[in-house]
Amino acid sequence: MTAEQARASLASTFGVEIAAAVPMVVIVTPDRWEEVARYAKETLGCRFFNFLTAVDWKEQGLEVVARVDNLEENVSLMLKTKLGPGVNNCASLTPVYRGANWMERECFDMFGIHFANHPDLRRILLDDGWEGHPLLKSYAVDTPHPPYR
Amino acid sequence: MALNDPPIPVIPAPIWRNFKELQEWELLHKTRPEGDKHSALFESVTEGIHSFPGGFVVTTAADAFLNWARKSSVWPVTFGLACCAIEMMATFCSRFDVERLGMVPWASPRHSDLMIVSGTVTIKMAPMLLRIYDQMPDPKWAVSMGSCANSGGPFRHGYHVVKGVDRVIPVDVYVPGCPPPPESLLNGLLLLQDQIAHFNKTGRKAPANEKVD
Repeated sequence: MTAEQARASLASTFGVEIAAAVPMVVIVTPDRWEEVARYAKETLGCRFFNFLTAVDWKEQGLEVVARVDNLEENVSLMLKTKLGPGVNNCASLTPVYRGANWMERECFDMFGIHFANHPDLRRILLDDGWEGHPLLKSYAVDTPHPPYR
Repeated sequence: MALNDPPIPVIPAPIWRNFKELQEWELLHKTRPEGDKHSALFESVTEGIHSFPGGFVVTTAADAFLNWARKSSVWPVTFGLACCAIEMMATFCSRFDVERLGMVPWASPRHSDLMIVSGTVTIKMAPMLLRIYDQMPDPKWAVSMGSCANSGGPFRHGYHVVKGVDRVIPVDVYVPGCPPPPESLLNGLLLLQDQIAHFNKTGRKAPANEKVD
């Protein structure tokens, strides 16, 4: 399946407009998040889970971003979903991609996004007793952290 | 055992999985309310000798001799945290060879006198650093190597960095640089040896060293 065929099939299945770019940016609603990842893996053959992260758009809320690739046929997808203002719940991609496990833990660590059905949602980089999620725009860097800050 | 006896309380075995429990255990064993008895006894004996006519020769010469021994075999514990550790390793290796100053990089804090904090100290690392420092026997010294360990450096305004290792442990010599080259670290170690030569266990402050202060 070429990138052009993948674009057409994604557009018809999910009813979204996708520009022909590398990677193709697929913007879906949060309730179709796991579905689009499963489609990308099983139908489009994107078996390489590149990364998963999030963006804090302040009053517009958080956006989860994931990139998956089909390395054999050169299909790259950038999956995006906006959770909406004040929402920090998202479906987990761990049932589809096992590599999403630690990425989602890091995302929870830095942005405080709770991934439903994640098997082991703990902090991964920061201390267990850490307060707050430092990559949120609302996090103050000079938050006291006795006795070191 | 009769049926109506109260159940024997089962005391759970200590679990070490939680680092906080370990910290509490260490805190419990660290407090010494009656102080360091050994050095108090040593101090009273040396004060007695010092007040004896002519005894000052013994005490001052012994002090100088002990300090010479201390400064001639400073063993740094290998504690590399970041890119500064590469320069520290270069200092330990044959080109800059700190063994000619009597320093042996040693892989155990229990046998070491010096901790070279080489690199960024994160908030997550700081308790471990303090623990390793506490495991070193007295007298001990610390060298803060590089901008990150001195003040936080380029990461000072980040969320995870201790703004200077002197918020965790007392530091004797600060070596500036990002990272400091081996010559810089060697200069710092020589200054540290000067400090050790003026080291005084009796609680009096060391005289000001023109090279250092």
